[in-house]
Amino acid sequence: MHIYFAQAIPLIAYIDESCLYLKEKKCKICEGVCKNNAIDLNQKPEKIEIEVGAIILSPGFEPFDPRILKEYHYREFQNVVTSMDYERLLCSTGPYGGEILRASDKKHPHNIAWIQCVGSRQVIEGANSYCSAVCCTYTQKQVILTKDHDADAKCTIFHNDIRSYGKDFERYFQRTEALPGIRFIRSYVSIVKEDPVTKNVTIRYSTPDDGVKEEEFDMVVLSVGMNPPVNVEDFKKKFGIELNHHNFCKLNETNPMKTNVPGIFVSGALQGPIDIPESVFSASGAGSQIGELLKYRRGHLAKERIYPPEMDVSQQEPRIGVFVCHCGANIGRVVNVPETVEYCKTLPYVVYSQEQIFSCATNAAKEITDKIKELGLNRVVVAACSPRTLEPLFRDTLREAGLNQYYYEMANIREHNSWVHSKEKEEATKKAHDLIRMSVARACHLEALQEFELPVDKRCLIVGGGVAGMNCALSIANQGHEVFIIEKEKELGGNARRVYRTLQGLDVQAYLKDLIKKIYNHPQIHVYTEATITEATGYIGNFVTKINSNRGPVEIKHGATVIAIGAEVYKPTEYLYGKDERVFTNLELEEKIVKEDDQVMNAQSVVMIQCVGCRNEDRNYCSRICCSHSIKNALMLKEKRPDVDIYILFRDVRTYGFNEDYYREAASKDVKFIRYEPEDKPTVEPGEAEDGRPVLKVTVTDYILNKKLELDADVVSLAAAIIPAESTKEIANQFKVVLSLDGFFKEAHVKLRPVDFATDGVYLCGLAHYPKFMQETINHSYGAAGRVLTLLSNDVVTASGSVCTIDEKRCMGCGACVNVCTYGALELRDTKQGKKAFINPVLCKGDGLCNSKCPTGAIQLKYYTNDELDAQIDAAIEELFVEQLKAVGENG
Amino acid sequence: MCSGRVDLKFVLRAFSNGMDGVFIGACHLNECNYITHGNYHTMNMVLLCKRLLEYIGINPERLTLRFMSGAEANLFVEHVNSFTKKVREIGPFGKSEGVDISQIKEKLAEVIKLIPYIKVVMNEKLSKRLETPHEDMSIHKDYFTKEEIEKLFSEIVSYWIDPAKCQACMTCARRCPVEAIDSKKNMVHIINQDKCIKCGTCYEACPPRFGAVTKLVGQPVPPPIPEEQRTIVRKGKEKEVA
Repeated sequence: MHIYFAQAIPLIAYIDESCLYLKEKKCKICEGVCKNNAIDLNQKPEKIEIEVGAIILSPGFEPFDPRILKEYHYREFQNVVTSMDYERLLCSTGPYGGEILRASDKKHPHNIAWIQCVGSRQVIEGANSYCSAVCCTYTQKQVILTKDHDADAKCTIFHNDIRSYGKDFERYFQRTEALPGIRFIRSYVSIVKEDPVTKNVTIRYSTPDDGVKEEEFDMVVLSVGMNPPVNVEDFKKKFGIELNHHNFCKLNETNPMKTNVPGIFVSGALQGPIDIPESVFSASGAGSQIGELLKYRRGHLAKERIYPPEMDVSQQEPRIGVFVCHCGANIGRVVNVPETVEYCKTLPYVVYSQEQIFSCATNAAKEITDKIKELGLNRVVVAACSPRTLEPLFRDTLREAGLNQYYYEMANIREHNSWVHSKEKEEATKKAHDLIRMSVARACHLEALQEFELPVDKRCLIVGGGVAGMNCALSIANQGHEVFIIEKEKELGGNARRVYRTLQGLDVQAYLKDLIKKIYNHPQIHVYTEATITEATGYIGNFVTKINSNRGPVEIKHGATVIAIGAEVYKPTEYLYGKDERVFTNLELEEKIVKEDDQVMNAQSVVMIQCVGCRNEDRNYCSRICCSHSIKNALMLKEKRPDVDIYILFRDVRTYGFNEDYYREAASKDVKFIRYEPEDKPTVEPGEAEDGRPVLKVTVTDYILNKKLELDADVVSLAAAIIPAESTKEIANQFKVVLSLDGFFKEAHVKLRPVDFATDGVYLCGLAHYPKFMQETINHSYGAAGRVLTLLSNDVVTASGSVCTIDEKRCMGCGACVNVCTYGALELRDTKQGKKAFINPVLCKGDGLCNSKCPTGAIQLKYYTNDELDAQIDAAIEELFVEQLKAVGENG
Repeated sequence: MCSGRVDLKFVLRAFSNGMDGVFIGACHLNECNYITHGNYHTMNMVLLCKRLLEYIGINPERLTLRFMSGAEANLFVEHVNSFTKKVREIGPFGKSEGVDISQIKEKLAEVIKLIPYIKVVMNEKLSKRLETPHEDMSIHKDYFTKEEIEKLFSEIVSYWIDPAKCQACMTCARRCPVEAIDSKKNMVHIINQDKCIKCGTCYEACPPRFGAVTKLVGQPVPPPIPEEQRTIVRKGKEKEVA
C-alpha cells in the first residue's frame, strides 16, 4: 500500500500487485482499519474509451540507468549514486528527511565527486551519443545545495565541456565555481575501487599538470542523462508517430510540436533532452495548436464555479480559525504541531484550531470550508508553507464557505521555519508560535475586499515580424483573433533573412517565403512595416498603442501584447574585424558559403574563433547557438570543399542535445577543434604562409599538446555574440516590462513562466528572450500564442483586490504618492478642498510604495494597510499582542 | 508588495517595541519586478532611519537592508546569519547603548510622532534615485548627514494661528488632514499641537488677506488663548452695537 509521493495530487493511497489479498485472498487488514470504507479489493481493471479531437504526448523522459555501464559500479559500490538518487537525498521528503547521508554508514559525506556525461556523449554500447543538455547545470545546483547543507563540504566535478548555454547559466556556473572547496576538473575518469572498510570510492583521473592520479571520495554522484521514455516504442506503435535515431520523437523542423500524425502533438522531453523552460514553451505551444484545431469547441467542457453568496461579517467580532499543517513530515518533523495547535487555542479571538497532515489536500481544504460554516469563523489563518503557490487554493476554500477571500492570512512555518531550523526543534516550535500569533494579529484587522472585472479586447498586438512574431501571429489568428504585427524594417522576416540553412538542413529562405505568404494571406492578420511605436498605454485586456508606419499614424487597441523584437549580432572589434577583409562573422561566412563566393571557395584554410563578444566581462552570458553555427558552416563548407582545412578555436563546445551528432560529424570530417582559455585568447595578424601566399596568422595555445600553434588562415570567421536589439530598452519602458542583467527581456519566472512577463497581458518569444535556435524560437512563439489565448479566450479578467485606496479627507495634496507611481495609477486633481490625489485602481499593481511615502496615511494599500502591518509588528512581542487585540475589541 | 512599502514607522515601531534588530530584505537594485524601483526608496528610508537612530542614541547597526533575489537562498541565509551575529555582538537593545530603555522609548515616540513632518521635509531626498547606487550601503552613509538631522530637529516647524488675525473662516480646519484644528463659527481657531502633524496644509490654505496661520521655525508655540477670549467681534457688528 503506497502513497505515490508526499505531495501527489490527488493524495490518495493505492494498492500494488504485491497485496496478499490480490495474490492469495488473505489479509484484508486495511479494509478493517479504514474508517471511511474507502477500500474496495474487488475493483477490476476497466477499459475506458474517450473520444478526443487531438492528443498531446508528454510522457517525459527516463533517467539513464548506469547499471548498463559496468565501469561505474552503480548498485555495486554503496556510495556511488546517480544524480537522481542524490536529488532525493537533498529533498526533505527523501530517504533521510533531507539529510545527505551515505547508504553504507549513514554518515555525512564531506568529500563528494560528480562525474559528468554518464551515459551521454558516449559512443559506446548502451550509452547515448547525444548530450543530455541539462546535467551540467543541475550538477551545479546540487553542488550549491550541498554547500548549503554542509558549508565545509568539498565538491569535485569531473567534466568535459561545461555547457552553460541557458539563460543566466553562465553566471550560475561562476557562482558555483566561486564557492570555497569546489574544484572543476576537466578530465575523463574511471572508478577504480571501493575501500572494503570505509566504503570510500577511488577515482582515477588526469590533469595536464600532474598527469594521471587517484583520489578517494566519500561519495560519487553520477550525473546521468536523459533517455527516451521506456515505453516509447509503445507510443510509436499505438499512435503511429515516427521516432528519430535516438528514439525520441522525430520533429518537424518548422513545427517541433507537430508529429507526422495530424492531430497528435508532442511536448516536453519527448522532443529530445530539453530543460524546463523549453518544456513549458512546447507545452503551451502544443496547447495553442490544439486550440487551432478545436477552437469551435472552446469552453464546451468548462463548468462555471458557483460560490455561495458572500456573508457580510464586517460588523462581527473576529472569530478566527487556525489550521496548522504538518506538510507530511516537512513541518511536523521539526515543529511540535499538536502543541502549536494548543497554543493557538489560547490566543484571543481564536475560536478554533486544528492540525492537518496536508492542508492543501482536497479533503483538508474541504475541512476548512466545513469548519467555517459550522463554527461561523470569519477569519482563517493557515500555518503552512509559502503563500506563493497555495494562497489561491486556500482563498477558494473561504469563498466556498461564503466568506470573502481576503479574510485569509497565511503563516509560513515551512520555508521560514521548519526547513531552516531543522536542527533547533524547540526554537522552531516557538518561532511557529510567533509567526502564527503575528498572523492572527493581522487577521483581526483584515477587511473584505472586492476584486473587479475588466473587459478583454479580443485583439493582439505583436511587436516584431520575425520568425517568432509571425508564427505566434498565425497561431493566434487561426484561433479567430485579429492580430496586428508591427515590424520596424521594410519587410518581414527579421534575422532569418540572413540565415540560409539550419544545421538539420532546412532551407530557411524557402520556409520564410512561405511563412510570409501565410501572414499576408491571412484575413485576420494586419501587418504594419517601417513601424515605430510612439506611445503605449493601457493594461491587461485594454492596451492602446500608437504607431507610425508605412500606412501613416495608427492607434491600435488590443487586449494582449507579444514582444518578439528579436536580437542583433555583435559587431566585433576584436581579431581585425572590419580592418581586414578576410575576417567575417559567422553569418557573413554562411552567406559566402551559400553563394559560393570566390574568397571562400579558394581558401585553403579557415579558422573559426568562438565566443567573440560574450562570455566576457561586458557580456557575461553564452550566446548558445554559435558553436552549432560554426559547425554548420564547417560542414557546409566541407560539403563543397572537402579538402579545406578548418580549425575551430573554442572554450567549451556547447553543442547540446542532438547537435552533438554534428559536432562528432565535423570531427570525423577532420575539422580540428582547439580549446583556448579566456586569459590566453588567440591572436590574428597578417602574415605570409610557407608557400608565400598572404594569410592571416592565427596563434593559439593548444592545451593538449601544451604548445603554441600558428595557423595560416585565408579566412577567419568569428562567432560573434548575439546581443539585445537596440530598441530593447525603449520597448521595455513603453510596455512597462523589465530586462535581465544581460539586457534581454526578463520573463516572469525563468523556469515556470518563461513566456509571460510579470506585467499582466504582455508576453515574450524568440531571441528577445535569449539567444536560441530557430526550432526553439518556434516552440517559444507557439508557447506565447498559447498564453495569449488563455487571456483572449476570456471575456473579462479579474484584478486583485489588494490595491491602494485614498481617504480624500486625509489627503494633503502633496503629490508624494503621484511622483513615485510609475504605473500612472495616481493623479492630483483640484477639488474644493485644494489638490487631492485620486487613484485608478485598475492600474495599481499593489506595490505599496505610495503608502509609505504618504505623510498623513491618506493612501493605504489594501490587505497591507498600516493598521494590519502595525498589528503584525507589535504581535512579534507576545505581551504587546494582547494589548493590541484589546484595542481591536474596543474599536470594533 | 514591494520593499518600498516598508514604512519608516514600521522600523521605528519595531524598535520602540524593544526589538534588538531590524532586517529588511529587498530585490537587487535594477531588478525591479514592478516598474517602480521601490528598493531605491527603501534604501533612502534606511539611510535616513539609521541617522535618526543615531540621533536618538541607538546603534544604527541594529538596522540593516540587504539585497537579494528570490533565487538566492544562500545569500539570504548568509545575510541573516551575519546580521544575527552582529546584533548578538551589539547586545540587548538599550543596554549596550548605555541608555535607559524607557528614555529611549520616549525619544522614539517623539520621532514617531514627527514622521509625517519628516516625510514632508525629506520627501524629495527620500524619493530620489541615487545616481551611482551601490548595494553596499556604507558607501552611501552620508546621503543624509548628521548635520541635516540635527537641523531637522533644531529648526523644527510649528504652525500657530495668530488670534489677532484669524477671521474664523473655517478654511484651514476643513483642509486639515488630521482634524487638528478646533474651529467654530465666530471663534478664533486653535491648532491642537498634540494632533498636528506639521504638514503645513493650514498655512497654505489660510486666505492670504488674513494670513493668520503662522509658521514658527525652531521656536516654542505660544499657548492657546483662553476659551472666553476666542469670540471674534466683527467690525460691522461692533458699529451696530455702538
